[in-house]
Amino acid sequence: METALAFLIGLLVAAAIYLMLARSILRFLFGLLLLSNAANLVIFASGRLTAGAPPLIPEGADAPVGFVANALPQALVLTAIVIGFGLFAFALVLVFRAYSELGTLESDDMRIAEPREPAE
Amino acid sequence: MNSLILMAGSRILVALLVVFSIFMLLRGHNEPGGGFIGGLIGAVGFVIYAISCGTASAREALRLTPETIAAVGLGVALFGGLMAAFTGDAFFTGQWLFIGETEDDKGLPLSSVLVFDVGVYLVVFGSILSLVFAMEEEI
Amino acid sequence: MSWLLALPIIIPFITAVAAFLLRTTPWGRQVSVLGSAAALIAAIALMAAVWREGVIAAQMGQWAAPFGITLVADLLSAVMVVITAITGLAVAVYALGDITERQEHLGFHALFQVLLAGVTGAFVTGDLFNLYVWFEVMLISSFGLLVLGGSKEQIDGGVKYVLLNLVSTVLFLSGIGLIYGLTGTLNMADLAVSVPQVENQGLVTVVAMMFMVAFGVKAALFPLFFWLPASYHTPAFSVSAVFAGLLTKVGVYALMRVFTLIFIGNVAYTHTILLWVACLTMVVGVLGAAAQSDFRKILSFHIISQIGYMILGLALMTPLALAGAVFYLVHHIIVKANLFLVSGVGNRIAGGTELSRIGGLYKTAPLLGFLFLIPAFSLAGFPPLSGFWAKYILVKATLDEGMWLVAGIALAVGLLTIFSMTKIWGEAFWKPHPDGVDPRLSSLPTAHRRAMMLPIAALAVLTCIIGLFPEPFVQFAERAADQLLNPADYVRAVLGIEIGGEVAP
Repeated sequence: METALAFLIGLLVAAAIYLMLARSILRFLFGLLLLSNAANLVIFASGRLTAGAPPLIPEGADAPVGFVANALPQALVLTAIVIGFGLFAFALVLVFRAYSELGTLESDDMRIAEPREPAE
Repeated sequence: MNSLILMAGSRILVALLVVFSIFMLLRGHNEPGGGFIGGLIGAVGFVIYAISCGTASAREALRLTPETIAAVGLGVALFGGLMAAFTGDAFFTGQWLFIGETEDDKGLPLSSVLVFDVGVYLVVFGSILSLVFAMEEEI
Repeated sequence: MSWLLALPIIIPFITAVAAFLLRTTPWGRQVSVLGSAAALIAAIALMAAVWREGVIAAQMGQWAAPFGITLVADLLSAVMVVITAITGLAVAVYALGDITERQEHLGFHALFQVLLAGVTGAFVTGDLFNLYVWFEVMLISSFGLLVLGGSKEQIDGGVKYVLLNLVSTVLFLSGIGLIYGLTGTLNMADLAVSVPQVENQGLVTVVAMMFMVAFGVKAALFPLFFWLPASYHTPAFSVSAVFAGLLTKVGVYALMRVFTLIFIGNVAYTHTILLWVACLTMVVGVLGAAAQSDFRKILSFHIISQIGYMILGLALMTPLALAGAVFYLVHHIIVKANLFLVSGVGNRIAGGTELSRIGGLYKTAPLLGFLFLIPAFSLAGFPPLSGFWAKYILVKATLDEGMWLVAGIALAVGLLTIFSMTKIWGEAFWKPHPDGVDPRLSSLPTAHRRAMMLPIAALAVLTCIIGLFPEPFVQFAERAADQLLNPADYVRAVLGIEIGGEVAP
């Protein structure tokens, strides 16, 4: 199972890099999204994949009964997803603003904050 | 969008989703649920409303701006953490109050953890809506 | 004890909430200034406690380490918290004159306070994942601050800043995942104990490099610094001052923390890379600055070159070099924030930051000229200002190691820094204004003038104090370096065990 997940992560990273090499910043953003999902999967896989029950403590007990899954990577991934969600939502709004203000999504054309090219 | 069916349906949906989100919030201490998921569900209700009736009327229905809700939520969450100060515990230590406690029944358990969760609910609710409204109004 | 550690984070958050709710009233700014002052008091109390008792740690919510969230402060963390609070207060006061009402209504003060909370949190946390969370708190508020107001230039710079920082965030997260898979813990003290016991030390080095790249982007190291000069000259001056002072330094702090506490198994490899990166960062930064002709862009490139000095101290890993790096951090934050504040006043009274279009500041605003010279000379390393001692300690540490070439680079970069500073001086202050106007401080409204000049003067005085009485500061830096090189105290404070693994009685 870990091997399959490793291949999946590899595939996601490859797709992400491909997208991030594009000039359009929207594609770059999508690539970044894939990359962050790959990172989440890395955390998930490093918690060791086990087929256990949800780590919930039944009523009246002090510890979970039987074999339960590792809860920590789940908590970490959840936090990372939440934060990633917020950041990407912001980045998407920003990219949209950039498109409507600057009229382009090509990173090569975004030079307003750069020094002016020397006159020919 | 101008669809009568959606407009009529969304009013009921908003109410349902908000009630369900509060249910999820309160259920969250021992079972799946909690402030974050509750806040998301509540926000979805208003997002549907904004899609069907426009952001202007969604903002009106909220009364407070979503940013204010998020800021208040942050304050509430902080207060939940600060409640530990009253008993001299470390920051964020859970404080419990059992109303109507008897020998074999814990009564109604109220905790600072719940206050924190309510804060999270408001933060998520407010920030999602402010982002979505901003996007809707841009386009 | 736990409150001492938590308060410097809690206070900015409370201030942020209050400032946001009051943002449309004049009270919003007062709250921001008062909150910053309170945070400074809390930070000084923390520093005093650390100085008295050594490393202190607290578990949030009383969940014992390594399971809960740990806050730890050693001398390095404490001094960073204090310096953050000082910069925060200075910029909060400065913002009274600099920030427009529109930006205030958009929530400048709230975002600013959240940024301070994020920076402080990153300095005192004792957990890698928590560090990630604080980085994000910091990032998201810095995104907001960067594009606040939303001019075209800001959005252009903002896009680059946001996207490149997100890449480093994802790398950081992957590194966290891998190190968790190797050790099963993310508590930094626990990692210090368990990383040396990992069988596959090669993979540890790989993870170390991932962290180096991730923090290297944040710290703007060569060759990962491109986002910095593309964005730091676009936002409001208060914003770029606090960015310049604090944000990259969080990256430097994170590098110093993980490469003295956790990744010390393969120093010959990792720290050699750091050494070369440090030299290249210094050189490229200062050369980049020499090619620029905008006040803020020159300063932005100088941030990069100065980061090189701090990383040089870390790369050498000797007590003296680390002390130099700590001293440099403190000195640099004060000086750099101050230079950006000066550029803001220059912009207001001379009408721009492009050096060819302004001038005459010295003739008509000599006070500003004088207050520019103090941080500028300090940056270049003139005695007896703070920068001289910082560079002196670092160069001495380099020579002690027999690295003549590196010492030569450090000194040459200092010389080139003087070149850039004289360029700013000659263009903005000495030459007459090209439009023939006389920029005067009195052209500013009195309230604005006071709010903007007071923090500049205060930070300049601080620079002079560090420069004239360096002895206690050097002693402090040496003790901080000593703590960094002997992680036993850190581990004992957090976990209550000796590094061998036995539980302390």
